[in-house]
Amino acid sequence: MAVITDSTGEKLWQLRTRTESLKKWLVWFSVLVVAAVAWRYVSANTQWIFVVDSPRQAADLFGRMVPPRISYIGRLWGPLWDTINIATLGTLVALVIAVPLAFLAARNTTPHPLFRTVALFIIAFSRSVNSLIWALMLVMIIGPGLLAGIIAIGIRAIGFISKLLYEAIEEVNREALEAITATGARRSQVIFFGVVPQILPALAGIAVFRWDVNIRESTVVGLVGAGGIGLYLNHAINRMAWPDAAAILIVIFLMVLSSEWVSSKARHAII
Amino acid sequence: MNAAEHSQLRWNTRHLIPNRNVRIALKIAMITYLYFGIVSVDVNWIRVYQGAGRAMQFVVAFLSPDFVSQYELIIDGILESLAMTVVATLAGVAVGLPIAFGAARNISPKPIYFVCRAFVVVSRTFTEIIIAIVFVVIVGFGPFAGVLTLTIAGAGFIAKLLGEDIESINPEQLEAIRATGASWWATLVYAVWPQVKPRFLGLSLYRMDINFRNSSVLGIVGAGGIGGTLDIAFARYEYSVGAAILLLIVALVLTAEYISGKIRQRVQ
Repeated sequence: MAVITDSTGEKLWQLRTRTESLKKWLVWFSVLVVAAVAWRYVSANTQWIFVVDSPRQAADLFGRMVPPRISYIGRLWGPLWDTINIATLGTLVALVIAVPLAFLAARNTTPHPLFRTVALFIIAFSRSVNSLIWALMLVMIIGPGLLAGIIAIGIRAIGFISKLLYEAIEEVNREALEAITATGARRSQVIFFGVVPQILPALAGIAVFRWDVNIRESTVVGLVGAGGIGLYLNHAINRMAWPDAAAILIVIFLMVLSSEWVSSKARHAII
Repeated sequence: MNAAEHSQLRWNTRHLIPNRNVRIALKIAMITYLYFGIVSVDVNWIRVYQGAGRAMQFVVAFLSPDFVSQYELIIDGILESLAMTVVATLAGVAVGLPIAFGAARNISPKPIYFVCRAFVVVSRTFTEIIIAIVFVVIVGFGPFAGVLTLTIAGAGFIAKLLGEDIESINPEQLEAIRATGASWWATLVYAVWPQVKPRFLGLSLYRMDINFRNSSVLGIVGAGGIGGTLDIAFARYEYSVGAAILLLIVALVLTAEYISGKIRQRVQ
């Protein structure tokens, strides 16, 4: 395909030059080598005896989970409410910190480049560590419970919200700011009357989007003791009460689907 | 305009929600929720107070991270995370690609479309941790459970985003190739694939990024990677080792993000 020849076998046209094909080939070759090395590593750390047995285990697990204990769902309203609270209050905690942080991090609103660097560092750090790890540490510090979950979800969300928000701030329409400056407005007035109205829809969209992600993440922070429905999932698995675990999974599934629906409706209403 | 009228005019910035009644209703709903929400958070303040000392230990640990004493465990955990990332990304992309074609309404028959969409919804609804718990039960502790988890989650990711891209491709090229009498497979190769290929490469690299990030927590439920090492360090109260691992994770995540961003800029 990549080479067209005439009837005598003389080359008429070729898709890539030799160096180009060589480069392409080299890229594929190195991908293969890296993959092979990585696979060897995974394979060496795997107990293959258990994996060979896995179809039977999967069938066994499925058999134990079905039918789910639907009556157990009645007892899950409390943890469900807790989970929603972890996500929602966590989002609010994050917003309180993330919004000022975004103004410090945006090039056009930061009071000093030094603040910007520090803010960017905080954003990067918060974003790089998963909420479950934050929860793990917070449970050790302030003890198990909802509060640890709320703060963990909050800390993780700060970076996410701040990053998207400061990018929105950097993209505001400069002419509006200039117009307000021309009326003799102070810097704080320019930000309040010029920047804030422009980024408010973006902020609302980001917050709702993150809330949706937070619902998903707050279903598992309970695994390390930070409250919510994950705590019950953990108990059910430790007791090997698989019909209960299946019921919890169904509840989580429905909750995440509805939060996704709510968040997409809300975002459509805003934009 | 007389003076009385003038004093009543007050300029306000534009409201996010134009309807005043909706605004007030939302405010009332929010305050009610906040009241009940905050009241239901049962905080053991004595325990929180006692934790202050431990918080200090954490701060000290982060200021003096200990990379050396558990050097081998840390390196091993990081290499395992990296290996899981590579294998799971390739496998996830390979599984996700055909499902993406199936999950695109414009090129896929109805029954296949629904099956593929169902896979996308289920794989994306549960966080990786929950999928990992199930796989640990099925295939046992270790990185293989993590690889399976990230493969499923990655396939769902690629299938959803690439599927949406395929749905928004230029339909004229599709029609043109179809008009030549091309088979379904040929339309795929000549009309669909060239349009979404750059996006596919970009998404794959982005997924690699996400996989590395997530491979750092799967260890908490026993599915391999650096998360297990981290969990053990904290369980042994070796906070400075835990701090070192966390700082390494942050550094690696940021490096991976930077590199994948650079490559994505070049391919897209």
